[in-house]
Amino acid sequence: MTTEIMPGLALQKVDERIMTLNVGPQHPGSGHMRIVVQIDGDYIVACDPDPGYVHRGEEKMAEYRNYITNIPHLERPVIHDSCNVLYPYVLGAEELLGIEVPERAKYIRVIASELNRCIYIMYWLAIYGIFLGHSTMFMWPAGDREFLIDLMEKMSGARVTHAHFVPGGVRNDLPPNFEDVCLRQVNYFEKRIKEYAAVFYDNPILISRTQDTGVLSKQDAIRLGTTGSVLRASGVDYDLRVKEPYDVYDELDIHTNVMKEGDAYARSRIPWLDMMESCNIIRQALQKMPKSGSVRTKLKPNPKTKVPATVYKRVESGRGSLGCYIVSDGKTEPYRLKLSVPSFRNLIALPYLLKGEKLGNMPSVYWSLNYWPVEADR
Amino acid sequence: MLKDLITPENANVFVGKLGDILEKAIDKPLGYAINWGRIWSLWPVHIETACCSVEFGAASSPRYDVERFGIIEAFGSLRQCDLVVVQGTITRKMAPRLRLVYDQMPEPKYVIAMGACAITGGLYFDSYNVLPGIDGVIPVDVYVPGCPPRPETLIQGCILLQEKIKRMKARKFV
Amino acid sequence: MSTETQPSDVISKEKPTPAKKPEEKPVDLPAFEKGLSDKITEKFGDKIEVAFVKEDRVRINVGRENVHEVAEFIRDELNFDHVESVSGVDFPKDKEIEVVYHIGSYTDSSLSRQILVLATRAQREDNPIPGKDATILPTLRNIFYSVEFHEREIFEMFGVFFEGHPDNRRLLLPEDWADLPPLRKDFDSRGR
Repeated sequence: MTTEIMPGLALQKVDERIMTLNVGPQHPGSGHMRIVVQIDGDYIVACDPDPGYVHRGEEKMAEYRNYITNIPHLERPVIHDSCNVLYPYVLGAEELLGIEVPERAKYIRVIASELNRCIYIMYWLAIYGIFLGHSTMFMWPAGDREFLIDLMEKMSGARVTHAHFVPGGVRNDLPPNFEDVCLRQVNYFEKRIKEYAAVFYDNPILISRTQDTGVLSKQDAIRLGTTGSVLRASGVDYDLRVKEPYDVYDELDIHTNVMKEGDAYARSRIPWLDMMESCNIIRQALQKMPKSGSVRTKLKPNPKTKVPATVYKRVESGRGSLGCYIVSDGKTEPYRLKLSVPSFRNLIALPYLLKGEKLGNMPSVYWSLNYWPVEADR
Repeated sequence: MLKDLITPENANVFVGKLGDILEKAIDKPLGYAINWGRIWSLWPVHIETACCSVEFGAASSPRYDVERFGIIEAFGSLRQCDLVVVQGTITRKMAPRLRLVYDQMPEPKYVIAMGACAITGGLYFDSYNVLPGIDGVIPVDVYVPGCPPRPETLIQGCILLQEKIKRMKARKFV
Repeated sequence: MSTETQPSDVISKEKPTPAKKPEEKPVDLPAFEKGLSDKITEKFGDKIEVAFVKEDRVRINVGRENVHEVAEFIRDELNFDHVESVSGVDFPKDKEIEVVYHIGSYTDSSLSRQILVLATRAQREDNPIPGKDATILPTLRNIFYSVEFHEREIFEMFGVFFEGHPDNRRLLLPEDWADLPPLRKDFDSRGR
């Protein structure tokens, strides 16, 4: 029973049975957000996510910056997946500014994007492990992702915030001998992540904690508009790299991983399978990439869009489909820029998944949503 | 004589004064030892405020391993912690919560401002929802620049903090 | 496995060039997308306006009194099943705030590339009192369930009240926000 007495301030009648519990923002199981759960004994009866602790107004800031200076702050929502979060913006800006991208740059983008996907998933796996109390699963992925970060550092010069994609291609060409090092690292990486099955995915403790918890049916996954690994764990075969290929993804052979169960175990397993698929894609892209050529179409210093236009581009990021809607009025700055982020879209599933679960299952369900709070708040 | 001074009403005050005198007495000789004990067991509280938490996590990873310098992995209960690493942007919604966390921690407590956003607002200097630095919210001991700082930079900041603690009075508030 | 095969009648992949002759429609409109927009035009006639038909994107502008039935038709007859993104765009010159729904489909594999853009406009107030002035739109939550959080976000960022939405609380902004809705154009983020 809540009665609002003024905006933002409400009176709530205290129930004898139902207890309201704030989880976060300072809580090891919540990250940068708050979840208000109402519990009856040990069971969650209602859940109300309260994001917005990292709301930094990126969309407003984009209206004050031109198409080049927008790049650094638009990759900050997910700094460990920075290539993918920038990808739709760069694709949209290219269409608005009317730039062609060289063939080699497209392949470099695909390689960088897949490497970043692995880096993101490894970090997510690390925090998923530590929040389930599995310390080995923090140490292994957090250590192994450093090898891929080394590769990206070689390519772009920065550890996590690369700002490597620009409208018209990529910022720099690959360093000499990159292909061999990349192939070697990726092969090692794939061998290494296959060992995670023994320590994590076949672990009876993990299975008992995640199997049949937080089941999202196929109908609900579609109705709630979830995306990415959440959707594919519920049995919907939808991957934008296959369904709406951008850049050179249509020339590569990509397998979509789908699981039917829809529980927390399936949602935690799908990203792991995706990483192996990413390794396949990187190997194919390295093989098919033109060995030399230009990587960037030069832009004028302050590029203007030609006509007032709107564009909506989307890519498959580490968490799901990420869209960018740009409204341009023919000036140097975007008139309006909207990021449609997968974390925000998946958040709506949280109240449905947590209802009826035990409170102790909250971290395993919440982190299985592949949720990154900074991205959801933008 | 001492018995006459103590009544049930002022017993607490008396014991507290006695403790103060004792602490002052041991401050000089034992201060260095107390500080030496503190610097090798800094417990950071588990509060993430923005995207620098990725690099904070990487600093606990096997390659960087801050634990060998005496910074223990982020910990859940703030009542047992003595270090706040402000990991990035503080928004207007987060600032009161950060202050609450800081106020609930027991003395002594130290603050590291990690990243450009926590120092001046950084990239988000003209955003409507971001504070220009956290100096107005909590007192800061060490600033670690970078956007985001590399784990090595964070480790260097922690070592600087340890140097600072070494030179502090063991009793910070007299 | 590989890319989703398009229906064979989509041959022309070229974009229509709007710069050449804006008054005359280009001949090589993508056939599948044209079919989609024709179905909607057939049903609603001049209640709607087809803004553009591009490769994979169809945009339809609807008045606020018809948006509910058009959305219902899109869901039931055209098999679109979820909303990907809801964006607001402020147009102070027209005294209107545009709300744009990007609608996609998971169930129909022929539609998996398509995004149907449904745009509607609400009246704009110069001195907004969010929730209590004339900036009102009907909610689409009872048609597309996935707009729930998106519409809450639009309400706090633009002050567009969605009539019939069960939960119009604040989502991202701080609890004590007492300023203009921040994404409106008259909110200048400099000097604040």
